[in-house]
Amino acid sequence: MILLPCPYCGPRNVSEFRYVGEVSERPDPNKTGVEEWRASLYARDNPAGWTTETWFHSAGCRQHFVAERHTVTNEVRAMRLPEAQLPQGQEDRATGGNVAGDSGGASY
Amino acid sequence: MRKPGAIESIFGAATSSIGYGRNGHKPYRYSAFDLLRHGFSQADWPRAWREHELNSSYDVVIVGGGVHGLAAAYYLARNHSITNVAVLDKGYVGSGGSGRNTAIIRSNYLTPEGIRFYNRSVKLYETLSADLNFNAMFAQRGHLTLAHNDSSLRTMRWRAEVNKLEGVDSEVIGPGEIKKLVPFMDTSEDVRYPILGALYHPPGGIIRHDAVVWGYARGADAHGVHIHQNTEVTGIEVDGGKVRGVRTKKGDIAAGVVLNCTAGWSTLISEMAGVKMPVSTFPLQAAVTEPVRPFLDPVIVSGTLHVYVSQTDRGELVFGASVDPFTSYSMRGSLEFTEGLAGHVLELMPSLAKMRLLRQWAGLCDMTPDFSPIMGTTSVTGFLLDVGWGTYGFKAGPVSGETMAELVATGRTPKLIAPFGLGRFESGDLLGEKGAAAVGH
Repeated sequence: MILLPCPYCGPRNVSEFRYVGEVSERPDPNKTGVEEWRASLYARDNPAGWTTETWFHSAGCRQHFVAERHTVTNEVRAMRLPEAQLPQGQEDRATGGNVAGDSGGASY
Repeated sequence: MRKPGAIESIFGAATSSIGYGRNGHKPYRYSAFDLLRHGFSQADWPRAWREHELNSSYDVVIVGGGVHGLAAAYYLARNHSITNVAVLDKGYVGSGGSGRNTAIIRSNYLTPEGIRFYNRSVKLYETLSADLNFNAMFAQRGHLTLAHNDSSLRTMRWRAEVNKLEGVDSEVIGPGEIKKLVPFMDTSEDVRYPILGALYHPPGGIIRHDAVVWGYARGADAHGVHIHQNTEVTGIEVDGGKVRGVRTKKGDIAAGVVLNCTAGWSTLISEMAGVKMPVSTFPLQAAVTEPVRPFLDPVIVSGTLHVYVSQTDRGELVFGASVDPFTSYSMRGSLEFTEGLAGHVLELMPSLAKMRLLRQWAGLCDMTPDFSPIMGTTSVTGFLLDVGWGTYGFKAGPVSGETMAELVATGRTPKLIAPFGLGRFESGDLLGEKGAAAVGH
């Protein structure tokens, strides 16, 4: 069983969460060309190592949060609230990550 | 172009077009007579392929010694007489996805592009054992994709019609016919997920996946291809937008063409050449039961229940599921998977309640945004891709090898794989294969 530390609920089984995707910069739609937009839509870092990603606690508090996870060992070393929810976060952008539920996997 | 290796008769050891390779190597030819002779003499069988020293240069370097890489090497040598080829694998041949899949072959996809492509693969699989003089044990027992709700049934009808248009044998059948094909299936109406119908695809079936890998390795070796196992690629040399070679743990190799045939590591290998990929790596888990007497003929797939089941020639039931719910390079199994799988299998066939699982494992699936592979050229000249195979790579092995070999030899992208280029993500020409490829095996 893999435990994910939800910032609100504490460590919970990973099956309570939905994986949203890698945290990535969302380009400004008003200043971005089609190619650049598609690159940000589809390209992934997909590292074998530490990665920063968005998760959604779908069977718990139903809040998004950001975790740092090692993709080979599945170890989680840090989690935080998404930037948009941070008190000092002035940047007006979404929680990062990518279109959810498009992994072909079971939706949890 | 050399003639394909047709077998004259099972005893016919006289002529073979799996001919003399680069080093004048004549491969051993398997026959029923030899099986009998070995049975009496108990002599050792000759090695199926040889080991070589790593050369400092090859015409073509193929990264990944699975069915895709070895098939590409084999067809390069056989169809195009390009034999100065090395296949590199960081483990042993078939240690990745080729040895971890559930060995299901089918061509009942949703888009015409997908159907044409996989249908060619089924055709190649049908004659593979004879072509390679190696029994791959392809059993075309039929393939059933179950529909548990109206929308699935609608997609099945859609698939059946597009299949028929492309000349692929597929039809939608009702619960009565399903019961005839699979007497152990619970087709009653008072269950949680009643079966409304199924897409029946008679040419589908299962194969022995290790034998496919070994057969291609042996065939490629016979033509003079070098297979280097335990040779991990650590870097790719690119100079002036052209690929120059690869660095491995055993030494550097100069090569004008480098073909990425990896599954699971395709992002990392492409990154070495500076090519960014639209790929996310997910583990997919599978499991196998203890062997029992044959009772299940066709392959059963249920997209709604995220499960597929087939019975091997040895009598084991092979189960697979959809990919894990989050990306990972970990190949460990999970309890959630086993629990979910057992529940779903029993939903379909309650009489399996006393079956015991022997083992479970995971393989890595490189998922693309449109559930279709990435094949063809890249922005780096000479660096080619045959990746992004998601959960459906094994069934495409032969046709991928054949078409990638043609691309390497002629420099032109064959029509069959033109829709699968990396450029489609830039131009927005994505292929919608999710309806047939997400879980459907």
